[in-house]
Amino acid sequence: MQREGNGHREQYETREHDVLIIGAGGAGLRAAVAATERGLSVGIVSKSLLGKAHTVMAEGGIAASVGNVDPEDSWRQHFMDTLKSGKFLNNWQMAEIFAKEAPDRVYELEQWGALFNRTPEGKISQRPFGGHTYRRLCHVGDRTGLELIRTMQEKVLATEADIYMETTVTKLLKKEDRVVGAVGYTRESGKFIHFKAKAVIMATSGWGRIFKVTSNSWEGTGDGVVLGYDAGAEIVDMEMMQFHPTGMVWPPGVRGLLVTEGVRGEGGLLRNSEGARYMENYDKEKMELSTRDVVARANYTEVQEGRGSEHGGVYLDITHLGYEGIMKKLPTMYEQFKNLADIDISREPMEVFPTVHYTMGGIKVDPETCATNVPGLYAAGEVAGGLHGANRLGGNSLSDLLVFGRRAGEGAAAFVGESVHSADIEGDAVRTEIGRVLEPLEKGGEGESPYLMQQELQVAMMEHANLMRDGDSLKEGLGKILALKDRLPNVRVGGSRLFNPGWHTAQDIRYLIQISEIILRTALERKERRGAQWRLDFDGPDEELGRINFIVTKNGQGEAGIERREIPPMPEHLSSLFEEEKAKA
Amino acid sequence: MSEGNGKNPGNVTSMAHSPVPNEDLGKSGGTAKLKIFRGDAEGGQEVEYEVPLVEGMVVLDAVLAIQAEQAGDLAVRWNCKAAHCGSCSAEINGRPKLLCKTRVEEYDGEEIHVHPMRAFPVIKDLVSDVSWNYEVSKAIKPFQSSEQAPFTMYEEDVERLYEPKKCIECFMCQDVCHVLRTHHKHPEFAGPRFFVRNQWLEMHPMDEADRLADLKEDNGIGFCNITKCCTEVCPVDIKITDNSIIPLKERVASEFYDPAKWLMRKIRGNGSSRNGN
Amino acid sequence: MSSVAAAWKRLPWWVEPMSVVFVLTAFGLYSATIVLLYPGDSEQFPQYLSPFYSPPIGRPDWLPGFVTAPLFVLWIPLGFRATCYYYRKAYYRAFFWDPPACSGKAQQLDRPWAESTESYRGERALFVLNNIHRYFLYASFVVVAFLWYDAVLTFFPEGGFGVKVGSLIWVFNVTLVSAYTFSCHSLRHLVGGRVDCFSCVRGGNVRRKAYNGISRLNAKHPQWAWVSLFSLLLTDVYFRLISAGVIPDLTIIG
Repeated sequence: MQREGNGHREQYETREHDVLIIGAGGAGLRAAVAATERGLSVGIVSKSLLGKAHTVMAEGGIAASVGNVDPEDSWRQHFMDTLKSGKFLNNWQMAEIFAKEAPDRVYELEQWGALFNRTPEGKISQRPFGGHTYRRLCHVGDRTGLELIRTMQEKVLATEADIYMETTVTKLLKKEDRVVGAVGYTRESGKFIHFKAKAVIMATSGWGRIFKVTSNSWEGTGDGVVLGYDAGAEIVDMEMMQFHPTGMVWPPGVRGLLVTEGVRGEGGLLRNSEGARYMENYDKEKMELSTRDVVARANYTEVQEGRGSEHGGVYLDITHLGYEGIMKKLPTMYEQFKNLADIDISREPMEVFPTVHYTMGGIKVDPETCATNVPGLYAAGEVAGGLHGANRLGGNSLSDLLVFGRRAGEGAAAFVGESVHSADIEGDAVRTEIGRVLEPLEKGGEGESPYLMQQELQVAMMEHANLMRDGDSLKEGLGKILALKDRLPNVRVGGSRLFNPGWHTAQDIRYLIQISEIILRTALERKERRGAQWRLDFDGPDEELGRINFIVTKNGQGEAGIERREIPPMPEHLSSLFEEEKAKA
Repeated sequence: MSEGNGKNPGNVTSMAHSPVPNEDLGKSGGTAKLKIFRGDAEGGQEVEYEVPLVEGMVVLDAVLAIQAEQAGDLAVRWNCKAAHCGSCSAEINGRPKLLCKTRVEEYDGEEIHVHPMRAFPVIKDLVSDVSWNYEVSKAIKPFQSSEQAPFTMYEEDVERLYEPKKCIECFMCQDVCHVLRTHHKHPEFAGPRFFVRNQWLEMHPMDEADRLADLKEDNGIGFCNITKCCTEVCPVDIKITDNSIIPLKERVASEFYDPAKWLMRKIRGNGSSRNGN
Repeated sequence: MSSVAAAWKRLPWWVEPMSVVFVLTAFGLYSATIVLLYPGDSEQFPQYLSPFYSPPIGRPDWLPGFVTAPLFVLWIPLGFRATCYYYRKAYYRAFFWDPPACSGKAQQLDRPWAESTESYRGERALFVLNNIHRYFLYASFVVVAFLWYDAVLTFFPEGGFGVKVGSLIWVFNVTLVSAYTFSCHSLRHLVGGRVDCFSCVRGGNVRRKAYNGISRLNAKHPQWAWVSLFSLLLTDVYFRLISAGVIPDLTIIG
């Protein structure tokens, strides 16, 4: 029993906290602030260094109806825009809370030292974005995410929270039905830690790395959703992957790198190789500022029908702003193209193509507290599902992080306050897990490279679960992924436990395979065209499916069980908003 | 609305979404040779690797290609790959660089030596232990205002704060600063990064905390002899010396080294002479 | 211009500190010679005063011989430049090798004579005196005012108005010296650097504009530092050549 032997020899450290937060992006850090404010002991686990989380990549802004430039704006309009964009698959209760609380979270950032661009009246400036009725995105140039995460990071550093940088959680520990901690290891040393906690908050972001062309960093491997799923949590809307309409195309090394929607917000025009502003064929009213699903499909279609640019993209032109204007509004984009592609965007158009960007689905949570169906487990941010439905609006992500990060922190704190249970566990769960994690490193012999396996998976997902899907292809993709799943035990890595990315990738690949399988299965179930899910073998939206979320849970056999769950009808005060609007029009 | 070819979703003409890995995309037939430090705190040596050269390739692309195909345990930090996050700092030919922003072709004809940042303890290969920086950050008085947000603040008053706010915490300025790198003043000297942070805090119209004594004592701003290497390496072009350190040195000089003010204070017998103007 | 900068960057790292050593040493020797050995030359110039002798100050006779009249003024520009944030960088790098340049290799040669690398004190020991920079700035205002006064005088030789090449050179030199003086970091601090909120203080808008103007000048402070140094030297040389009769001072108007 080599495997048990590994685990039993292993020494590990034990750290105890009231609340353990996994993930140190905007949501995790906001949750930490909320929980420390209640006087609780908080531990934050971060796969990277503090302040490098994916939040830093958000560029365009944070959506909140503060009404500084368009005073007509209101939470109601923000709520309606969010639901329309999500094709009404959204959890409307989350959307209501979200739209109401977003302004306070923005003000709170300012209170903590964040600096936004100003209006002439000295208020926070707001810019237009796709699918938002009014100019709604509070921003600072095109580096709003950096401002957000740095502010939150500095806020958290001023608390007593312990931060475990470059530490990876591989398993949630349960006692009876409750989550009572986690097992992880520190990359620097390869040493294991048993985290005891009365509540655990998942804030681990998305899983864009299942695709080859993505704006996500190496971290976007969906650890949190699989850890939650393995612990019994319900996950929702997994078929909904957002393709951002504008990712870089050339040179090959930067394929998929994000080109902010702020470019279109500032008046950037999309043209095909014939010089036509083709968006008028797809959304005549909103044109370039249509929702992301629509613009992404338009860009894709133009290229597919032979009207693409030299390197197979479409042209995005912002030259009308001139050098001065670009340096004021979009300086990061200027530098990005200048440095990486030798393109001066003040003189020539960019080449862009859709890139995998965001995951609308995730762990299903209670809108008020962000609690999952597993006691002691909470989730917030991109890893949680429900708010965005079938398509997320640009700028809604940053406010999502803060609104629900805070609620998760408070929800978990309340749970800890009410509970008397200990976080001790019985048996060998920790050692068993350590043995499992060490396997690819210590089992020895010839095996498969996790890097190559990951590449194979990414290629399969590009081919079979891209932004245009059909049943046969999805089935074929599922076959490929299940074959990869069978090969998972063959993964081997070389080197020591000291900061070994190969070993780390060997853990990631399990998450990627599990998520890909769930995505393909739910995409097969949703037989319609709605938001980000676009089935070419079906004609349009299906009325009945429009009232259904697909909920996935791990069943008794360890397989993914899919449940069709009816979306409860909206209450009067919300549904009337849409009726009033219809009456006006 | 045009829907494309219903039968054939895989038929994409974009190279970006091409379902095949198109291994040859952008390859010129040439190769890039890199000598990378392999080792840990105990020591190590350079190992030479060769990878196919791809158009527009950055050093990080080459390192990741080596990692995927030749040396699975090659340790390197990276995240955004777009010079926004500041993770992939290392030293190329003795100069701190972001690996994701440094093109291989820049070194046309030169050897490319890649090493970890040397002002901090090496963990493994290209990764060094930068945790000290977070301790310094923690010790700085955070933003503090008794006013209630939303603030009324004008662009004219905050425009000069955007520059220090651009910092991506790559810590390359800390790496190149001789006070840390050569003289090892880590406990007594905060380093350029944290003068950048102190500067926006101190110049923020709404902030009320006073950090000048901390700057003089705990952060050791006097150790800085403004030799500007930090400014030279900043990947986001913050003029660290001229726009962050010197303005702070001037404020510290006003508070602690101005003989006239010192005399005034002696006469009046009160403490701080500093106010908003 | 950028190709010049790029070419400069490609040179070995020691070229820059060595150039600084050479130029500053040469300038130091030249000015010391003039001020100490030829302090009376000012009386020999019929029309112009070398910038080294401006403003002319009477020298009490009881002083020892080596204290020449120009020294009464010279300490101001000398002190101003010696405590200047740019020149500090230049001499710390070039003369003290602390560090000589930024590359890893160059930094290994940081202060080669020091017994231990930990003994470094930066501007916390002797060089803490550099914090007095602003007082040299205040004194420099007086000097620059006299330089402008003397510049104006050159247009009125013997009572009548006239423009000669020498006058234009005077004005050019004073302009560069003024640009150097008014791009000073301490002035930038005085005008706006110490203000947190322009819109909250009286005259804030004017101060903000002045601050922004000085900031733009300040970005080129090193360049002003060098060109004003060279122009000082060349102006002095030009006047000496005229007074020695080597070249004529061409008349443009008058």
